[in-house]
Amino acid sequence: MAEKTKGMPKLFASVDTSVKELVDLEIRAATDAVELTKDKAKSMYKSMEDIRNFEENVKRFFAAGEIPGFVHLYAGEEAIAVGVCAHLTDEDYITSTHRGHGHCIAKGGDLKGMMAEIFGKATGLCKGKGGSMHIADMDKGILGANGMVGGGFGLATGAAMRNKYKKTDRVAVCFFGDGAANEGVFHECLNMASIWKLPVIFVCENNLFAESTPQWYSSASRTIAERAVAYNMPGVRVNGKDVVAVYEAAGKAIERARKGEGPTLIECVTYRNHGHFEGDEQTYKAPSGEEKEWAEVDPLEVFRQYAIENGLLTEEELDQLREESIRDIEEAIKFAKESPEPSPESLYEDVFAD
Amino acid sequence: MAREILFMNALNEALDQAMAKDENVILLGEDIAGGAEVQHLEEANEDAWGGVMGVTRGLAPKYGRERVIDTPLSEMGYMAAAVGMAVTGLRPVAELMFSDFIGFCFDSIIGQGSKMRYMFGGKAKVPMTVRTMHGAGVNAAAQHSGSYYGLFGSIPGVKVVVPATPYDAKGLLLSAIEDDNLVIFSEDKTLYGMKGEVPEEYYTIPIGKAAIKREGKDLTIVTIGKMLYVGLEVAEILEKDNVSVEVIDLRTVAPWDEETVLESVKKTGRLIIIDESNPHNNTATDIASVVADKAFDYLDGPIKCVCAPNTPVPFAANLEKLYIPDAQKVLTVAAEIIDDLRAK
Repeated sequence: MAEKTKGMPKLFASVDTSVKELVDLEIRAATDAVELTKDKAKSMYKSMEDIRNFEENVKRFFAAGEIPGFVHLYAGEEAIAVGVCAHLTDEDYITSTHRGHGHCIAKGGDLKGMMAEIFGKATGLCKGKGGSMHIADMDKGILGANGMVGGGFGLATGAAMRNKYKKTDRVAVCFFGDGAANEGVFHECLNMASIWKLPVIFVCENNLFAESTPQWYSSASRTIAERAVAYNMPGVRVNGKDVVAVYEAAGKAIERARKGEGPTLIECVTYRNHGHFEGDEQTYKAPSGEEKEWAEVDPLEVFRQYAIENGLLTEEELDQLREESIRDIEEAIKFAKESPEPSPESLYEDVFAD
Repeated sequence: MAREILFMNALNEALDQAMAKDENVILLGEDIAGGAEVQHLEEANEDAWGGVMGVTRGLAPKYGRERVIDTPLSEMGYMAAAVGMAVTGLRPVAELMFSDFIGFCFDSIIGQGSKMRYMFGGKAKVPMTVRTMHGAGVNAAAQHSGSYYGLFGSIPGVKVVVPATPYDAKGLLLSAIEDDNLVIFSEDKTLYGMKGEVPEEYYTIPIGKAAIKREGKDLTIVTIGKMLYVGLEVAEILEKDNVSVEVIDLRTVAPWDEETVLESVKKTGRLIIIDESNPHNNTATDIASVVADKAFDYLDGPIKCVCAPNTPVPFAANLEKLYIPDAQKVLTVAAEIIDDLRAK
């Protein structure tokens, strides 16, 4: 053996075998150690309700032909956006996906501005020029929903480079799907984030399907989290339908990033309850069995049960938050419907900054 | 006597002055310092290459490696990261070693950086410069010699600058870095060793403004990048023939200076455009189309485009020489227009 490596620098000859310990492939539920205040529980549940109600209405108005374009729904995956964003402030950045309504709501995006945007109105967050796939709210640190699958990796990495250079403790979170994990830029950015110990958290929403193609077919690694080994960063898996579990895992990763200890890859195991886009017949989904049962686990119900059992919120309080959310979304719809269309001259505006 | 320095040193000086002026200016790219985490270089505070052509040499020792960042070979990742840096308030200057590599990272330009401001309703700014290198002439063959500025120039939200002189290289690069938009700054690799007058102080040249390098009244020749020198050579030759040529160095490919070009054509009535890009859907054809549309009544003959052929760049020296537009090719197409002039 010694003969075979004779003359070889130690750099090559010694391998750090501890890297595998970075990765925890058990799907974790929340532990008793998780600290959740009543106020936090309230805001998290309200946010999940907002996403659910927002999306159910988007679905309805899209079906009625009142919302143009493509719509990709997030409802059913609320626990991930909410569990992660509960740790963030407006100073922190997120990058989102084509399935971006949930991330934007969880990060504090204005509901009226968002709804108006999806309706293509001048009062929309992007003046009606972005739509569902490009909703952004820069004031809230939302660097945009992104129509390019994998488009967020570089943006979040760059935002984290900015945070590090400016010596702040702000972080950047990159939400992405299991499909995006097969884009080359995933690998480039995880590598760069790790060599530079950037304050970025890569949050994979493994909802099992990239368009109509299952993750078990398209990924050579059984899990997304285990890919963290290759980039020498922690990789964990959590139950993506359990907002408390996501909250706990994200909390650790974000704290690590804020302390300058580098990135984490979190794989949130979930399910895409809707089609890739609205109108997708979803013939690729299992009609019965385990997959169907998993589809029926509702993260809002999971949290309601948790909150009640742990004495965080009463059923009445939860119902009250639900009603409040329904009212907020109704107002957002009213605002969107009553708002004017963008002016013809705005077609030519905002191509360049002056 | 005014100071003369090399084109590459003018670029280096621009980067140096931009970094001194604004701490948000950050350089990133492959080997732009070189030798990252090499112990003996660290101890001596030295860089290795300072970029594959040495353009960024000395900047890492001066400003530190947190501002002159050697990236892994990850064009897709670091170019997208540069967009992320720009949209969150930094002023990155990303180097794409050869513009032929754009295939790896085109999404950062076409999908993200150029569109963010528009898609987000004017709320985002992307003050980012991409320095890259184009052009044939050093036998670098098909994957290291292309001229793609026209391709970038067709994308809304992108400005494209192609300097032809050391003076312009410095002033235009400083403008590009100051600009709040995505600017592609495309450098011809054969010009790095050219010497020219460059003031020592910080100065900018407006993006979108062409330079009339030689005034004339019979024929307008518009050039891009190093084609300026072909244009000037042709002008010299034709002068002996009593043909007065106006040579315009376009300097900015997007947005190109319509006003200056149209004014000139209205005066001369004849136009040749020299562009080292492949011949279709390029800057030359765009200029020809706009001039035909807006100055048709002033034209005394057909507009001529002298471009590279519709082939990749060949390796063999004789073939590469044939590929690049030269004075002979321009004179050949000019002959028609000049005959027409003589007929008057």
